[in-house]
Amino acid sequence: MGITAREVSKRFGDFVALDDVSVEAPTGSLTALLGPSGSGKSTLLRVIAGLEKQDGGEIFIFDEEKTQVPPQKRGVGFVFQHYAAFKHMTVFENVAFGLKIRKRKKAEINKRVHELLELVQLDGFFHRYPAQLSGGQRQRMALARALAVEPEVLLLDEPFGALDARVRQELRAWLRRLHEEIEVTTILVTHDQEEAMELADRIVLMNHGKIEQVGSPQDLYENPANEFVMGFIGPVNRLGDTFVRPHDIEISLHESGSTVEATVDHFVYLGFEVRVELTLKDGQHLWAQVTREDAWHLGLERGKTVHVRIGHSRVFSEPVEDSVPKP
Amino acid sequence: MSVNTIERARPARGPTAPNKQGNPLSRGVAVGYLSLIVLIPLAAVVWRSTEGGAEGFLQAISNPQALASLRLTLLASLFVVAINVVTGTLIAWVLVRDSFRGKSLVNAIIDLPFALPTIVAGLTLLALYGPESPFGLNIAYTRISVGMALLFVTLPFVVRAIQPVLLELDRDMEEASVSLGASELQTFLRVILPNLLPAILSGAALGFARSVGEFGSVVLITGNIPFETQVASVYIFGQVEGDNATGAAAVSVLLLAISLLVLFGMSLLNRWGTRHDR
Repeated sequence: MGITAREVSKRFGDFVALDDVSVEAPTGSLTALLGPSGSGKSTLLRVIAGLEKQDGGEIFIFDEEKTQVPPQKRGVGFVFQHYAAFKHMTVFENVAFGLKIRKRKKAEINKRVHELLELVQLDGFFHRYPAQLSGGQRQRMALARALAVEPEVLLLDEPFGALDARVRQELRAWLRRLHEEIEVTTILVTHDQEEAMELADRIVLMNHGKIEQVGSPQDLYENPANEFVMGFIGPVNRLGDTFVRPHDIEISLHESGSTVEATVDHFVYLGFEVRVELTLKDGQHLWAQVTREDAWHLGLERGKTVHVRIGHSRVFSEPVEDSVPKP
Repeated sequence: MSVNTIERARPARGPTAPNKQGNPLSRGVAVGYLSLIVLIPLAAVVWRSTEGGAEGFLQAISNPQALASLRLTLLASLFVVAINVVTGTLIAWVLVRDSFRGKSLVNAIIDLPFALPTIVAGLTLLALYGPESPFGLNIAYTRISVGMALLFVTLPFVVRAIQPVLLELDRDMEEASVSLGASELQTFLRVILPNLLPAILSGAALGFARSVGEFGSVVLITGNIPFETQVASVYIFGQVEGDNATGAAAVSVLLLAISLLVLFGMSLLNRWGTRHDR
């Protein structure tokens, strides 16, 4: 196992950041710690890195206990949300930092730094200062800096959180390719479910310092363990106790045994998808996702009466507050 | 000199970049005011110093007593600044990074040497370390007393220059350094200190300039013994009292030149220290 956190707990005053959390990241995998802010995901990552002292629990990296090992000696590469660039050093010096601390030979440092800068596509920028780089470039530099010391594991704390949407999208695709290339065991912390689904083999979904569900992106989407998971991992409509994804709602012009009458309140074209807001006969509101062909065939207009059939839906027996964290 | 000007002495960035066009009226007011308050009096001193011609000027500044006082002033100031750089950094660090009871009180006390009239400071020092010292510690009329008085009045400069920079320093940088294998000492020397350097330098420069011209706090405790404990400002005062206005002006000009040189040198160093911000 690449990384194991066992029964980790951490409090900040009265706030319980981590409540007996156990997480594993298999060797070579990219595991996402996903959750809303305040769910404890960043704290867990910092505990693994040794940057935060846990109140209880144990940390193993490649089955070696690191619980009491200082951060300098844990063999982790850490990437921060706001880059944490050494602003008084050039790109070259930033990346070379860990190697200089390890007193490597100059020629070796030179070679390694240039290799890494090539890997992160910054080789032409080695003499610049961080202030002269864009956010995306700074974060790639930070990644090269973390990789320079050949860490056993890579920990990324919201690495794209400070970047704008387009750069974020580019860097995500780039990071996925990079991970396939270097195959270092990685944990990524993010609050963005799309980012987690796009990048991770495994998602650990956290909420209020506990784990709600662990599984592949598909697992979490198809078989959410509870209401919270279903709501966090994708859009959802709630009708009484029933939860249904907007794309599992079929709209038809004809009544049949399993349909309910509804009125179209509003509809929005979003390119390939059309979002239709509806009011059911009993007054409940919901929205459906249909393709633009379907929308065209239905001849949608405001106030039109249609018939909806709820497809694949779920009922969770226990309310989310009491949900038991899955191992 | 107020505390605020010190705090603003750190490098400006972002939207405060100078406007090349400027507003002619406000520029005129600024330059006019600066001339009236600073440049004209300085020019008058320079003009006054040359009243005896170049020969008179040279004679005035090569007076052995004048030279001795200048030498003492400069050496004492350098010594005081060197100590301030270390202790000032330490105090600023404790005030920003540690939390302890009475911290805000300590923080307020740092400004006391600014607020206190220097002659009062001199009086206090004399009472504490003079012939009637309650601790039996009599350093009055010695060279140690010169350093003591200068240390007292220049304490806030480095502390107040570093504090805001340290407050805004990105803590993630330190964690990144640690996660890359650097010890706490290595992190301080390689990551924190280089980022504090511009602030330390500007604090040191202001402290030095203040120290070179200090009068009130030294005049009582040092006893002003020529060739022994007499600093330049007190020598100048003596010359004025003795009706040698030209001699006083000549030494003043020399002090002025030294202060300017130091400020200029420090601002060059500062530009170098912040080269990565541009």
